[in-house]
Amino acid sequence: MTTVDMRYTGSALDRVEGLEKVTGRARYAFENFPADLVYAVPVQAAIARGEIRAVDVDAVLEHPGVIAAIWYGNAPRLVPSDNADLAVFQSRRVAYRGQYIAVVVAETYEEAKEAARLLRVEYAAEDHDVRLRADHPNMYRPEKVNPNYPTDTEHGDPDTALTVAPVLVDATYSTPAEHNNPMEPHATVAEWDGDALTLYDSTQGASGVRDTVAPLFGVPPANVRVISPHVGGGFGSKGGPSPYVIIAALAARHVGRPVKLAVTRQQMFAVTGYRTPTIQRVRLGANADGRLTAIVHDAFEQSSTITEFAEQTTTPTRIMYAAPHRRTTHRLVRLDVPTPSWMRAPGECPGMFALESAMDELAIACQIDPVELRIRNEPDADPESGLPFSSRNLVACLREGARRFGWADRDPAPGVRRRDRLLIGTGVAASTYPVYRRPSQATAQAHRDGRFTVRIAAADIGTGARTVLTQIAADTLRTSPDQVLVEIGDSALPAASLAGGSMGTASWGTAVVRACEALVEGLDRRDGDLPAAGMESSADTTEEIGAQRRLSRHAFGAQFAEVGVDTDTGETRVLRLLGVFAAGRIINPKTARSQFIGGMTMGLSMALFEESIMDLEFGDYLNRDLAQYHVAACADVRDIEALWVEEDDPHLNPMGTKGIGEIGIVGTAAAVANAVHHATGVRIRDLPIRLDKLMR
Amino acid sequence: MDVQLSVNQDQHPITVDTRETLLDTLREQLDLTGAKKGCDHGQCGACTVLVDGRRVKSCLALTVTMDDREITTVEGLADGDTPHPLQAGFIEHDAFQCGYCTPGQLCSSVGMLAEFAAGWPSVVTPDVSAAPHLDEGEIRERMSGNLCRCGAYVNIVAAIGQAGR
Repeated sequence: MTTVDMRYTGSALDRVEGLEKVTGRARYAFENFPADLVYAVPVQAAIARGEIRAVDVDAVLEHPGVIAAIWYGNAPRLVPSDNADLAVFQSRRVAYRGQYIAVVVAETYEEAKEAARLLRVEYAAEDHDVRLRADHPNMYRPEKVNPNYPTDTEHGDPDTALTVAPVLVDATYSTPAEHNNPMEPHATVAEWDGDALTLYDSTQGASGVRDTVAPLFGVPPANVRVISPHVGGGFGSKGGPSPYVIIAALAARHVGRPVKLAVTRQQMFAVTGYRTPTIQRVRLGANADGRLTAIVHDAFEQSSTITEFAEQTTTPTRIMYAAPHRRTTHRLVRLDVPTPSWMRAPGECPGMFALESAMDELAIACQIDPVELRIRNEPDADPESGLPFSSRNLVACLREGARRFGWADRDPAPGVRRRDRLLIGTGVAASTYPVYRRPSQATAQAHRDGRFTVRIAAADIGTGARTVLTQIAADTLRTSPDQVLVEIGDSALPAASLAGGSMGTASWGTAVVRACEALVEGLDRRDGDLPAAGMESSADTTEEIGAQRRLSRHAFGAQFAEVGVDTDTGETRVLRLLGVFAAGRIINPKTARSQFIGGMTMGLSMALFEESIMDLEFGDYLNRDLAQYHVAACADVRDIEALWVEEDDPHLNPMGTKGIGEIGIVGTAAAVANAVHHATGVRIRDLPIRLDKLMR
Repeated sequence: MDVQLSVNQDQHPITVDTRETLLDTLREQLDLTGAKKGCDHGQCGACTVLVDGRRVKSCLALTVTMDDREITTVEGLADGDTPHPLQAGFIEHDAFQCGYCTPGQLCSSVGMLAEFAAGWPSVVTPDVSAAPHLDEGEIRERMSGNLCRCGAYVNIVAAIGQAGR
């Protein structure tokens, strides 16, 4: 495989859009103002299950400024699709409390908001069921888990192996529903011109939104343009169009004027996806020396009644440790709840909380250092598929982390280190994330003034994509980054995969490299003599990625946490967090460090704070804002550092990179929970680590 | 209702709805979209602007109360083409990722440093009778009204620490 010469890749270039962002000039979705625009405010269902009998449209039309109120009874019909969540206003049925059931359009935001508040809706409510439990009678085995993994796997005879194992850990862990909560709420500005639709949307993938929205309105994808140059975070929740996008487009068509629609923070808790709560049973069988003989990991999760989303919670267990006998399973129950979706490292993040907590319990049971226990169970090849790893440097991360953190001579005894009112403890956990790559297209254009433009419908949701693609293009074009303009965030650009699955740099970078290589070749052929219009080359990586050799490709890492638990209040504070990662070549050490630290910060937040609480009586998430759903604030985050080990893996892509956007959150919560056990002797198997769980 | 808004030293005679927040007026009427709407409830800090030099959450301020006040938004922090030292520091330290909380973080840190210079103590100031010392603990405490979901806090603290010294 050809690889890029490193000159600018590997350098700590400042974010290329940095100045726009710090001066307020970077324009996000809602900050677009087509002429003659109006405002739309959607209305949410006030029951968890049932039917809408009637909506009093006429009454709100009397209010000042109100142009339309749209619901099932008067909405235009959409073309049926297999995505029931996007079939807005196409049925009387209510599938969950908070579902969008109507929208009010008015001349100003204040008028639309007031009218939406006053809109009278009559329901025929039915009994609902919103409580996840592992023994729910409607638990079933989905056909596959996200995105396309086998639901269950089994090797050897795990049941017998567990029975005869000299050491057994059998524990049940649970993680709550969590909400992505990007700082920019989802928003769209929709404008029709005849049968052509323009959407200024906050999305992780402009090409995907175009391809999903167009058929719903019966227009070809070429008629839809999605523009999103800047996106205020997503963490999975902006991976595909949510119902609000369809409502904006539908409302704009209905009233014949451009429509602005912003999801409110409170509404986001029902209509933009979330991480499913999980209940996970982990059973580990081992010899007295800590070598695993059996691993069994069973997960129980929820989805809505209208869409099956089955999180791949136990998939990391399939590749982490060697053991001859093993099984992983997923079971799902369909409840009257909002549809869960992707949230940063779906699968790996909750799954590794359970597995890495169980490994800590095993280390204690075997009286082996938890770092050494993991090293002892390092597999030679992928333990389930038998495929070789393209590279695997978990052991190097554990050793380097242990050295930097000062792990040596750690006294394993729990509950014995006091500093003033604090009980102090340290913990470790491993991280992992798969290496994905999807086909994308790109163009590269040379201008006569020596500058270049590279175009690809990639998304920069804060990852630094625009910056690293600039570096990658500059090196391939044998120029400097200041000579390269990378245009992204527009579906009119060459189609690209979404910003998700930590695969942006790998997928888009490959397309950018190939387009730039073709351009360089063309320029060399002409000996640099450019036509007046410049010269352009394009690339499509479908074939290259399809021909990729079958290998087990994953990034790995190790996280070390030091916590202090207040003996009077039970409050846990993370005093120190260190992550060491092996994720291929790092293109930009500055933005990469931010990605790792950002993931670890969200992991710390998951460990201590985040929890969406289901209201069993009314059937929705109770804590629907940032005052009640706590995310880590500045004062919660003290000393976090992320480092990486050199990893030269020729089996990945032209850049030699693995994804880094999600691995930082994987394992953090387990490292913190393990440290809390070391500090206090109390094992928290149910996140978050609230003080009431520690006070006895 | 008619009001005279002074934003970044520009005068804007405008008509506003009495229900309209300063944030919505800035964003929807004046095309000053630097101030961001993250929660509309004063919980995230993305809408922070300076009113007469003090940091204010513009989503909790009604525009009709802003007559005769001097408002500074992120668009007004730079000196012409020269970025404010905090703006430059945020870029240098990579103190943001998605950038959506950034205008609020910047306005908040300008206001916070002024509070600090005026000797205001915080809950973590060890001796409230003495001048506080601008260490990381003080910055973290005083910047905790501005959420950042990308997790750039350690870089934000580093950037403010450098600019504040």
